[in-house]
Amino acid sequence: MLRIPCPYCGPRDHAEFDYGGDATVVWPALDDTTEAWVEALYFRDDPKGPHRELWRHARGCRLWLIVERDTVTHEISAAHPAHPGMADEVTAQSQAETPSA
Amino acid sequence: MAAGAGRYSAVRLLKEGLLGNRGWGRAWRDPVPRKGYDVIIVGGGGHGLATAYYLAKEHRMRNVAVLEKGWIGGGNAGRNTTIIRANYMLPGNTDFYRYSIDVWETLSKDLNFNVMFSQRGHLALFHSPAERDAAARRANIMRLNGVDAELLDREAVREKVPHLDFSDDARFRIEGAVWQPRAGTARHDAVNWGYARAADEMGVDIIQNCEVVGFLNDAAGRVTGVRTTRGDILAEKVGVAVAGHSSRLAQMAGVGRLPIEAHKLQAFVSEPIKPHLDCVVAFAGIGHFYISQSDKGGMVFGGDIEMYNSYAQRGALPVVEDVAACACQVMPSLGRVKLLRHWAGIMDMSMDGSPIIDRTSVPGVYLNAGWCYGGFKATPASGVCFAHLLATDTPHPVAEELTLGRFERGSTIDEKGAGARAWLH
Repeated sequence: MLRIPCPYCGPRDHAEFDYGGDATVVWPALDDTTEAWVEALYFRDDPKGPHRELWRHARGCRLWLIVERDTVTHEISAAHPAHPGMADEVTAQSQAETPSA
Repeated sequence: MAAGAGRYSAVRLLKEGLLGNRGWGRAWRDPVPRKGYDVIIVGGGGHGLATAYYLAKEHRMRNVAVLEKGWIGGGNAGRNTTIIRANYMLPGNTDFYRYSIDVWETLSKDLNFNVMFSQRGHLALFHSPAERDAAARRANIMRLNGVDAELLDREAVREKVPHLDFSDDARFRIEGAVWQPRAGTARHDAVNWGYARAADEMGVDIIQNCEVVGFLNDAAGRVTGVRTTRGDILAEKVGVAVAGHSSRLAQMAGVGRLPIEAHKLQAFVSEPIKPHLDCVVAFAGIGHFYISQSDKGGMVFGGDIEMYNSYAQRGALPVVEDVAACACQVMPSLGRVKLLRHWAGIMDMSMDGSPIIDRTSVPGVYLNAGWCYGGFKATPASGVCFAHLLATDTPHPVAEELTLGRFERGSTIDEKGAGARAWLH
């Protein structure tokens, strides 16, 4: 069982989440070439080791997360909201909560 | 020629039995890699060994080596649930899997090795009027493509396997099934050993504990051999048949990224019990579950992959729970049977759920990959087709659609209609 540290709900079993695949895919512009679309749609790095991937906390806060996980050890090193604005907010909040020296 | 175990026969068995079984000899040699070969097959699983065998047998190419990083059949070839069927619907798959069953039927005789191919039939259950329509469509398509299929109603299924859950309060009432009589199972290890022994007898070098760590190329970019943990080995052509690690080898070879992701699939076997099930039963649609009984008596079964990229050959508990729930659902009599072992293998999940047997962008490098959950039943046809491609540089007629280029052309072979999400196929 993976334990995914949801930034909103805390660490939860992966059975609460739906998988969304490789988070490093960058979708081309609509008018980009067929080759660019084929590459983005079908071809994957499929790394053996660190992998950035999408998970949706479907049985929780329902938000999409970007999780950094190792595909061999299954160790999860980070989980952020997939939405960049929300990710910034979470980062700002955690910095605010950290007591200053 | 090989040291050779000689021909296996009933007379030989009797003779060896009387002489204390001292004359068998090893079934294949343990050769030191030569400087070079005409063809190197990377991957000593079922597909790689079958490819080497058909290269030697059908194409008279005997200067061939199979390189295996561990021991032959130690990957998915020895980790599957041994089911053989041909219930596919889309052009590209239908002919290929029908042909595979044809080859299975003569395989033991051809290899002089009992692969224990047992055509005990495959029963794919359905549970609702909508599923009945889909099952009828599937059975019709199978028959139109020359694959045997019958649509059975509830009573006909009950006659075949009376101890499925036919109770009135079953959560998913069994309405019928698609029955494929020529489907069945085979002993997976025997398939690997049979191909290895037969290929070795024709002069193929099967080199175990030899991991490919790089590729050698000439100035024009053509492959000239491989770097291995046992030194450099030259080759005119290199065939890669390493399902589970295809992306890794393709990137190492300079082919680049593939339309494939690695995912893990678990399989399960129970303690041996008395004869309980004489066909393969599949429950798909609502859940996903397939089961047969091995000749040793163990109930062999499996379900879905784990739905996240992984190269770890170990499974997690949610799938164990899901598969156990399906088992009790389909066959309540299994409720008190103890699980003996479960394990995981790494699947090449392709982006449309169908395999790839094709040349690549690197001259001299050929690819056999993307078998998803279904590689075992394809072993003989995959071997024939990959050998044909390696020897002639043209696709075998039944594998013409299994190309890498189909993704670019938009002509994917997506049986499930799940789209470009590898883990959903």
